[in-house]
Amino acid sequence: MADTATAPAHGSGEPVPVTEATGISKRYGATVALRDARITVAPGEAHALVGRNGAGKSTLVSVLTGLQAPDTGTLRFSGAPAPAVGDIDAWRSRVACVYQRSTIIPGLTVAENLFLNRQSDGALRPIRWKELHRRAEELLAEYGVDVDAAARAGDLTVEQRQFVEIARALSFGTRFIILDEPTAKLDARGISRLFDKLRALRRQGVAFLFISHHLREVYELCGTVTVYRDAAHILTAPVAELGHRALVEAMTGEPTAGGPARVAVPSGSGTGAGDVLTVEGLTLEDGCRDLSLSVRAGEVLGLAGAAASGNVRVAEAIAGLHRAEAGGITVAGRPVHAGSVPSALAAGVGLVPEDRHLQGLVHHRSVAENATLTVTSQLGPFGTVLPRRSGRFAQRMIEDLDIKTPGAATPVSALSGGNQQKVVVARALATDPRVLVAIRPTNGVDVKSKEFLLDRIRRVADAGKAALIVSDELDDLKACDRVLVMFHGRVVAEFGPGWQDEQVVAAMEGVAGAPCAAATSGSLATDVHGR
Amino acid sequence: MSSTTDVTESAAAGTGRAAAAEDARRGLGLGPGLGRFRELSLVPVILALGLIGFIVSPAFLTADNLIGVAQQSTELSLLVLATAFILIAGRMDLSLESTIGVAPVIAVWLVLPTSGARFTGLGLLPEWTAVPLCLLVGVVIGAVNGFLILRLRLNGFIVTLGMLTMLRGLQVALSEGQSIVELPSSFTYLGRASWLGVPAAIWICLALFTLGGSALAWLRHGRALYAIGGNAEAARTAGIRVDRIVWAVLILGSLLAAFAGILYSGHYGSVSATQGNGWIFQVFAATVIGGVSLNGGKGSVFGALTGVLTLQLVVNVMTLAGVPPLWNQFLNGAIIIVALVISRFASGEKQE
Repeated sequence: MADTATAPAHGSGEPVPVTEATGISKRYGATVALRDARITVAPGEAHALVGRNGAGKSTLVSVLTGLQAPDTGTLRFSGAPAPAVGDIDAWRSRVACVYQRSTIIPGLTVAENLFLNRQSDGALRPIRWKELHRRAEELLAEYGVDVDAAARAGDLTVEQRQFVEIARALSFGTRFIILDEPTAKLDARGISRLFDKLRALRRQGVAFLFISHHLREVYELCGTVTVYRDAAHILTAPVAELGHRALVEAMTGEPTAGGPARVAVPSGSGTGAGDVLTVEGLTLEDGCRDLSLSVRAGEVLGLAGAAASGNVRVAEAIAGLHRAEAGGITVAGRPVHAGSVPSALAAGVGLVPEDRHLQGLVHHRSVAENATLTVTSQLGPFGTVLPRRSGRFAQRMIEDLDIKTPGAATPVSALSGGNQQKVVVARALATDPRVLVAIRPTNGVDVKSKEFLLDRIRRVADAGKAALIVSDELDDLKACDRVLVMFHGRVVAEFGPGWQDEQVVAAMEGVAGAPCAAATSGSLATDVHGR
Repeated sequence: MSSTTDVTESAAAGTGRAAAAEDARRGLGLGPGLGRFRELSLVPVILALGLIGFIVSPAFLTADNLIGVAQQSTELSLLVLATAFILIAGRMDLSLESTIGVAPVIAVWLVLPTSGARFTGLGLLPEWTAVPLCLLVGVVIGAVNGFLILRLRLNGFIVTLGMLTMLRGLQVALSEGQSIVELPSSFTYLGRASWLGVPAAIWICLALFTLGGSALAWLRHGRALYAIGGNAEAARTAGIRVDRIVWAVLILGSLLAAFAGILYSGHYGSVSATQGNGWIFQVFAATVIGGVSLNGGKGSVFGALTGVLTLQLVVNVMTLAGVPPLWNQFLNGAIIIVALVISRFASGEKQE
C-alpha cells in the first residue's frame, strides 16, 4: 500500500497546525451544541475525538467542514483563515470528511463517483470517459486502493466504499481528513485493513481527526486524543499518557469502578440446568454448515466471528428470518418452525437486529409505538390498540431501560444513537422472551449506554432466561459466560471465562487451527486488498 | 458458503484491473459502461413485434406505415423524454399531460382576434408570437411547480397532481370546452411540414432525443441528474447545486410538454379540449418499461425511447392484425406488465 504512494510535499517541518479552531460556540435554538470549544490538529497527526452521544462531536465536524458557520470563534487551516461558508471547493481543498453516512452514489461507477461534479473541465465540455477512467485508476493506484474503477459503486463492500471516499477526499489536495465513525460498519478484519491504510497515509503526511466510540481503536491508531463532554472541550492529551480509566472518566465525568464495559462478573455456571435454546445440525445457505450449540438457562453465550463468518445468519435464523436447509432449532423443548418469525416469537425468541436503522426502528413513529411493535396483541382486545394501555406499557419499558426521551410520544428519530438502541432492546424484551438474541447490541452507542445494555442482557439471564450475544466486539463478548467463535460457517473454538483477547481475535481471524480451505480463502482475500 | 463467497469476491476483485483494462480497450468512449445492457432490453421486443407485424400484414413493413407509427409517437415521446429527465433526477411531474393542452390554448387565446371566429381570443399580440408564447407558458408552469416543490417544500406528487387538474380546468374554461380550429399558420407549421419526405416532427424528436441523450451521457450537468436521483445528499456534498438543477429540469420538462403541444396541434390542425387527457399513465409506463427507475438515478433516454416505440408498435400491429380498436386499452395495459416482466429478467435487477 505504502510503497505505491509517493510522499507529497507538505509542511511537516513547520509547527503550523493543519486545523486550529478556538472558542467555537454554536447553538440551535435553546440547545447549546458547542460551548467555547477548541481543537488543534498538527500535520501528519492522528488525532482522536471522543465523547458520549450529544457531546458536540457532530456539530464540530459540520463547523470544521464548512457546512455550518459557528456563532463565535475562529477557525484556521494551516495558518490561514477559513473560507466563507458555501465556497465548497475552497473548503474541500483544506479539509475532507468521510461521513458516517456514505456519500457514494450507488448507481454510478467508481470512477464517476471519484470525480463527481468535476468529470470534465467545464460545464459545457463533454466528458471524456476513457480519460476519466484512466485518471480514476491513477488516483486509486496512488493511494493503493484496489478497486476496479469501472465497477458500480453500489456493488462495492462497505470497506471498499470507504477507501474510495478517502481517495476522493484526498484528491482535492487536502492533507487533513475527518473520519466520522469509520469503523461502525466494518468487521474486525476490515478495521485492521482500514487502519493499515490510515497509517500508510499518515506516513505520507496526512493528518486525521478520528471520531470513534471504540476506545480500543483510539489507543491502537491515534497519538493524541481530545475529549468533549456536554458541548465543551474537556482535555487534549497524548494517548500514551492517558490511561483507559482516565479517558472514560473524562468522557463520562464520573469516576468508574472498573473497566468500562466489564459488566457484572459472569456467573460461570447457570442457575438452571436445562438448555433453553438448542440448535442442532443447522445448515444455512451462505451461513453455516452442520452447526450445533445450546444455551442453558441463566447463561449468556457469545457467538463471535468476523463479518463473513455466518454468526449473524445463525442468529437471524434462530429468530425465524431464514429458512434452514437442514437441522433444527428448539426453544425450551419446543421446535421453532424455521423461516417463520411468528413461530419464533411464539416460542419465545426476542431479537435485537443487526442494523437498527434498517431492521429495528420505524423512524418517524414514537418511542411508544416502536417499543410495543412486537406486543400489539397485548395492547387491547380484538386487534385494537388502546392508547392508555400502550402508553403504560411504553412507560414501563422507558423506565426499565433508562431510555432518555422527552416522552413516550417523541419520534424515535429524535433520540441519540444509544437511546435508539435501547428502544430496540426494549422491544425485544417486551415479549418477555425465553431467549434473547442480540446482534451487535452495542453497535454505535456510547460507553455509558454500552455498559447499561450489556448489564441489562445479563439481567435477562439472571432471571433464568437465556441470552445469545452475536458480535465481534471484545467488550460485548466479555459480558458472556462462554464464547463460541465461528469462522466461515463453523464453530472453530470455544472459550470459558478468563480468555485472552488475542485468543479470541486469532480464532475470529481464522488463524488458530483454522481448517485448510478457510485458510486458503483467507489468504486470497488478503491478497485482494494488497497486503 | 462464505468461503466460496470470499473466493469469488477475491477473484472478481483480482480480475478487476484486467476487466477495467478490457473495458478501456472496448472503448468506454461509448458512455458510462453500466446500464448499457439494461437499456437495450426492449430492443429484442421491438424486433419481435416487427417480425409479428411482418407476418400478420404486408402493410406493416411499408414506409407509410412505419412513418405513421413514428409520427404518432412524436408527441408522446417528447413527454417521455421530459419524464425520463425528471424521474432520473428523482422527481415526478404529473402535470405534463395538462401542459400539452393548456399551453397551446393560452398562446392561441392571447393572439387570436377578438371577433370573427367561433373562438374569440384577446388579440393582444401579433400572431407570429403564438409559438414563443406557448413555450413561455411551459416555462412558467415548470417554474411554478419548481417553486412549490423546492421552495415551499411541498410534496411533488401531490403538487403536480393538483397542477394537472387545475391546468386541465383552465384549458376547459378558456376554450369553453371546445376544440379550437382557427390556428395561426406559424403554429401549425411544425406539426404539418415534411422535410426530406419525412414529417418534420420526427426529425425534431430525433434531434431532441440525441441532444438529451448526449447531455445525460457526456455533460457534467447531465450526470448530475443521476447523482441527484441516486443520492441527493451525496450530490450536495460533492458541490452539485441540487435545487437549481432540479428546478431547471422541471422547467425543461414543461417546456418539452408545451412543445409537444405545438406539434400535436399542428398535426391535427386543432387544439382539442381533451388534448393529452390521460396520457400521463402511458408516459410513465413507457418511461419505466424503458428502464428508467421510479426511484431516480437510473435509466437512459434511449431506453425511454424504446419504451414508447414498444407501446406504439403493439397498437399498430394489433390494428393491422384486425384486432378491434376496442381492445387497445386492454392490450396496452397487458403489454406494460409483460414488458416490465421482460426487462426485469433481461436486466436481472429488482425494480423495487
